[in-house]
Amino acid sequence: MSNVFDKTKVPWWVSNLIVPLINILLALFISGLFILIAGENPIKAVKLIIYGSFGYIEGFGYTLYYTTNFIFTGLAFAVAFHCKLFNIGGEGQAYLGGLGVFLAAIYFSFLPAPIVWILAILFAAVFGGLWAFIPAYLQAYRGSHVVITTIMFNFIASALMVYLLVDVIRDTNQMGPKTVAISKDLWFPMFREVAQFFGFKIRYSTLNISFFLAIVACFFVWFLIWKTKWGYEMRAVGHNTKAAVYAGISPHKNIIIAMLISGSLAGLLGVNEVLGVHHKVIVNFPAGYGFTGIAVALMGRNHPIGIFLGAMLFGILYQGGSEVTFEIPNISRYMFVAVQGLIILFAGALENLLRPQIESFFVKRLNASEIK
Amino acid sequence: MVSPILELSKINKSFGHVQANKDISLKINKGTIHGIIGENGAGKSTLMSIVFGLYQADSGTISINGNIIKLKSPRDSILSGIGMVHQHFMLVENFTVLENIILGFEGELVFGKKLKEAKEKLLKICKKYNLKIELDSIISNLSIGFRQRVEILKALYRDAQIFILDEPTGVLTPQEVDDLFKILRSLQEEEKTIVLITHKLNEIMELTNEVTVMRQGKVAGLKRTNSTNKEELAEMMVGRSVLLNVNKSKSAKGKSIFKVSNLKVRDELNVLRVKGVDFEIHEGEILGLAGVTGNGQTELLEALSGIRKVESGEVKLFNEKISDNNNFLNPKELKEKGLAHVPEDRQRMGLVTNFKATENLIFGYHHKHPFSKSSIMMEDKILSYSKKAMKEFDVRPISPNLLTSNFSGGNQQKLILSRELDKNPKVLLVGQPTRGVDIGAIEFIHQRLIDMRDKGAAILLVSVELEEILSLSDRIVVMFDGNIVGEKINENITERDLGLLMAGIKNE
Repeated sequence: MSNVFDKTKVPWWVSNLIVPLINILLALFISGLFILIAGENPIKAVKLIIYGSFGYIEGFGYTLYYTTNFIFTGLAFAVAFHCKLFNIGGEGQAYLGGLGVFLAAIYFSFLPAPIVWILAILFAAVFGGLWAFIPAYLQAYRGSHVVITTIMFNFIASALMVYLLVDVIRDTNQMGPKTVAISKDLWFPMFREVAQFFGFKIRYSTLNISFFLAIVACFFVWFLIWKTKWGYEMRAVGHNTKAAVYAGISPHKNIIIAMLISGSLAGLLGVNEVLGVHHKVIVNFPAGYGFTGIAVALMGRNHPIGIFLGAMLFGILYQGGSEVTFEIPNISRYMFVAVQGLIILFAGALENLLRPQIESFFVKRLNASEIK
Repeated sequence: MVSPILELSKINKSFGHVQANKDISLKINKGTIHGIIGENGAGKSTLMSIVFGLYQADSGTISINGNIIKLKSPRDSILSGIGMVHQHFMLVENFTVLENIILGFEGELVFGKKLKEAKEKLLKICKKYNLKIELDSIISNLSIGFRQRVEILKALYRDAQIFILDEPTGVLTPQEVDDLFKILRSLQEEEKTIVLITHKLNEIMELTNEVTVMRQGKVAGLKRTNSTNKEELAEMMVGRSVLLNVNKSKSAKGKSIFKVSNLKVRDELNVLRVKGVDFEIHEGEILGLAGVTGNGQTELLEALSGIRKVESGEVKLFNEKISDNNNFLNPKELKEKGLAHVPEDRQRMGLVTNFKATENLIFGYHHKHPFSKSSIMMEDKILSYSKKAMKEFDVRPISPNLLTSNFSGGNQQKLILSRELDKNPKVLLVGQPTRGVDIGAIEFIHQRLIDMRDKGAAILLVSVELEEILSLSDRIVVMFDGNIVGEKINENITERDLGLLMAGIKNE
């Protein structure tokens, strides 16, 4: 009980900036210890991470490419979370979204590229949304918990896609489980090409114009959640279902809407991967982005600005991490999986470990300075 | 008789900026019943939590029988002879009475000898104080009144000398209250000391020897009960004079606009809670529905407001059927028809406490002009509306962007009332409008309800506070075990008449 303090007096920047920052620093500190144990210099590793992710133009490009994926899956998780739904099916929804992109690009290839792009984005959203709809329906009308059903749907998506990639839509000219490439005219412009258009010459990275789509998605989510009737109703259901019913807001309807939007956002990851990078559907292209998106959203406190910053952090770790493993062979790829794990642990699971201490420290400090 | 058994000296306690207790000094004499009265938020519960070791004071001392003691946990205070009966009972529902009482003081690993001793001791205590309790009954089978007795017995078993009771009568019928008071008097006869925390002036006057009034974390005064009166105490509590009776003209009753026929409703466990209820409400009339909590009022209100499906029977608003067993209008549709609802449980149903005040002020009306347009929220309009509404209903502080959870109970209730009354409903369903609301706000809320009636609204007032029912209603019905067991015009009725009906005893 010694930790009781007035929560309303905590300045926003303490709970939204200082606390996450301290959590991340703690995670990095412990990661540093691991690197020390591995017999390497942590300072050197940090330098390499920063150099790898910001130091040269294609490295920075890769950082933003990863960021794009994390924004989509982070936003997806956040939208559902505002309605108190734990959508951990981003992985499967993204997978299906990629299928949607591919089908749009194949079947509408006779149309001009920009129209195909819009159709592909819509298909990605619809496919991802529909994959989330079944768990949503089961949660809303049958009471099956969305955590259980979405994680099962990840496995179903994975099995379904392997089946499709092996037996139905495989490029029969090769052995691997992947589709034919979509027509070159329909590929999303790479960032390099955009820069070239303006007269800059930069080297290849996987960054493409999906990054702008991700920024648009951030604005969309912010507007949806805080400026529209739907967002208002979703938040009401999320915070207090009983009160929502009292006010004439249908929890069933809002659970479905929130999950549809969530699934659609996850599906957009398929745009980045299929239209932007691989130009075909390959096995397991979501590669864990769906799960990491959960950590991104939790770290970003389910706000688009926070999610953007969290996505950036994971982008840096992905890109900088590969730089480190390339330069210091002693530090394996798995070391960075552990670092990410630590960040998820401290920023997500142990989010409240130090929060009361940090907040009460600042509240007492500020009180003291007010009294003076 | 006049040696202080419990003495508090200069107790201070703050939570952040809020100082809940300021320099509180208090002497409680052995063998007395000492009342502590004050509005919600006056610091009574904090003070008693300090005495019971749940909180530690920032400064100040507590002494028992003249010895200064340190209370670091409830266990310390139990060992010092303090027993507490909480507002919400601390009992394990699926344990027996005996198991609950020895919980934490079992004294042995495998039950045997000690358990037998405990049982013998308890039987002796029961006999001495005339407490009728079956030691082997399961708690969940006992009524609320009996559960409270188990708490008292628990304290007696632990050899408590000082009994602290926190709002003990809130959940009891008037008859159960009588029984409780008898028990408390017999405890007093055995030289035990009782501290009674309450906000009900009647109880203070009836039971206590001395009374301490608290206001805003400080002691506002100490009185001998037989040398004071209710008006004086109320004034000390609030810091100004209070109207205990509502100014109300006779109702100009119009035609019947809300009619409930043979209504049956089940709860979520599929238990029939409303067992065939009939009544009607006229324009310009307040119908009071009295009853002890849990006799079907909650389910009835939920069914009438479109939250809960009815089992059979029907509800008519302006001769239009709004609810029967096949079909019912939902709250949104009912609002369109001019029915508003102030729910019993404001925190769990009436408000989203994580919303800003302004978001709650439009809750349920958010989809309508002028609050939203083509699904986009009109923030400027909502904000200016909120400021006006908060001013009109005297919500403090007038900070529309403050989270609702940071407002006091009374101010939260004002937010709800403002929202629901603003649309001038034809029918208003009100549940426990002043539960946990301080006296100043009660006066305000009551006046608003009377104003609504005078404007011609038909009001159903569901309350467990008899005083409230008696001072506001034009007509009163009493609900017991899912049935309406009596109906009276509100003239010359006493609390006792209603009390018997509420306990299910018909007085012919």
